[in-house]
Amino acid sequence: MKITDTSRLEEIARRVRFDIIKMTYHAGSGHPGGSLSIADILTALYFNALNHDPKNPEWNDRDRVILSKGHACPALYAVLAEAGYFPREELWTLRKFGSRLQGHPAVDKGLPGIEISTGSLGQGLSIAVGTALAGKKLDDANWNVYAILGDGEIEEGQVWEAFMAAGHYHLDNLIAIIDNNDLQIDGFVCDVMNIHPIPDKLKAFNWQVFVVDGHSIPEIIDVVEEAKKVRGTPKAIIAKTVKGKGISYMENVADWHGKAPNRELALKAVAELGFPESALDNDI
Amino acid sequence: MNIYEKHGWAMVPSRNGFGEALRELAERHPELVVIGADLTDSTRASYFSENFPERFFNAGIAEQNAAGMAAGMSLAGKIAVFSTYGVFAAGRAYDQIRTTICYSNANVKIGGAHGGISVGPDGATHQALEEIATMRVLPRMTLFTPADAEETRKATIAAVEEIKGPVYIRFGRAPVPSITDRDTSFEVGRARLVRDGDDLTIIACGSMVAESILAAEILESENIFARVIDLHTVKPIDRETIEKCARETGAILTAEEHQIAGGMGSAVAEVVVATHPVPMDFVGVNDRFGESGEPAELLKAFGLDYRSIAEKAKNLIKRKTV
Repeated sequence: MKITDTSRLEEIARRVRFDIIKMTYHAGSGHPGGSLSIADILTALYFNALNHDPKNPEWNDRDRVILSKGHACPALYAVLAEAGYFPREELWTLRKFGSRLQGHPAVDKGLPGIEISTGSLGQGLSIAVGTALAGKKLDDANWNVYAILGDGEIEEGQVWEAFMAAGHYHLDNLIAIIDNNDLQIDGFVCDVMNIHPIPDKLKAFNWQVFVVDGHSIPEIIDVVEEAKKVRGTPKAIIAKTVKGKGISYMENVADWHGKAPNRELALKAVAELGFPESALDNDI
Repeated sequence: MNIYEKHGWAMVPSRNGFGEALRELAERHPELVVIGADLTDSTRASYFSENFPERFFNAGIAEQNAAGMAAGMSLAGKIAVFSTYGVFAAGRAYDQIRTTICYSNANVKIGGAHGGISVGPDGATHQALEEIATMRVLPRMTLFTPADAEETRKATIAAVEEIKGPVYIRFGRAPVPSITDRDTSFEVGRARLVRDGDDLTIIACGSMVAESILAAEILESENIFARVIDLHTVKPIDRETIEKCARETGAILTAEEHQIAGGMGSAVAEVVVATHPVPMDFVGVNDRFGESGEPAELLKAFGLDYRSIAEKAKNLIKRKTV
């Protein structure tokens, strides 16, 4: 499914944001901040850039997406449901006992569209490197691998092992998207453990680096298309984002990394997103 | 000629069996890939890489990434074998094995080389003495602790051909007595009876199986008849055989080149206390790090040689109530 109309894509992203609020509100916990910051990125991927088939999640020629920042799974779940991987009503089971929508993505629960379990930060890019290596060197495959990382996440040493390996093996079927919202649980990334300058570091690791406004869906689509064309090196897209994007009181506030809104704030968020109050409790 | 050679046992490092299995499996399984971490000769992954270089990938000295890469390979339908020394695989990459491999049930096989004190002169940093404990507590993990090169070969083949999901295969560096041959059976999860007896059972793994056979021979000369069991699969553990040995022999001694705490003996004890409690004792490393030395002298110094096993066996049967 390839939607090119920007207003339709933005409408999907608005619904995804609403779903993130509704899911975390009814779960009573979760990670809205980092989910909202990747809502536009995931919308651009799943409704335009990716080759995938929601009716056949294990299609061999699919593009693989590894959500390395697993705590942002509400955004991924919402996008997968919107794309038709599973019924939308299931979203409201997030974090509940027996749900396929675990607090962090769990492949063993059988939720269609989840490639592998993540949540312990720093591990997803290595997985993506292995998959891309198999695709490029062994299968001559035409699919790409996308890894979505947080900016705080790249404080993990394993990520740099993976950056090094991807450069070493010239994995041009690998695109890493770094959600650069500048915040982590303890505060500003540059204060907790400064990771900058990211582009210079990645260039030194033999990556091609792109920087994009992570909330402009057309720009994200364009940069992914451009990145796909580059041969001979892995590609990193540094998406400049706002943690909590779209909800006034959550934007750029580290405290909204890992807590759910209460009813009053959830209703305020619903209104800000242009949905009626009643939508918060529909189908629950 | 040492005591093993006098016994007619050829001395071969168990890691050779790992390498031979990889080479053999590569012929039958085009989807098999091996990921190394700069120890290609030492782990014997070289037997594979020299013959199938296009399917061998070096991750460099970066075990955490190597473990993740192996799991990633499985998303493209590959069977990935990740091999390095046990201390680095099970230790350095523990969370990667836990979350990325076991929690995801990725079809990854981990070749844990240099298990045990018999690694020798490299000393404590390279002697893996904890990985039976850390690997056996992981859900979905199968854990093999083969006794010699041939059993390591069979365990590696079983890991690839009989099990879809994570497997850890623990093998050693130093030459060990070849106590099995091509005709010896190997059944996943089924302990192997090596020698019968009814005064006590010695349940051993890795190089301690041969030591236990020698211990049983000493004991026999003193009219003590020890049953010897090769517990090549620590997980899933053979509850039936362990319970039967407890019931029939009334005492169980375990022997492993590993910390006593949490190791194979602990796994056996968990079964014994829950099924048929009998006096038990443990031969293993007692809450200390290894050190440099020749394998044989280290086994002796750490109380892991056949004489130490025989001594512990004699003390153990004094505690038998029937």
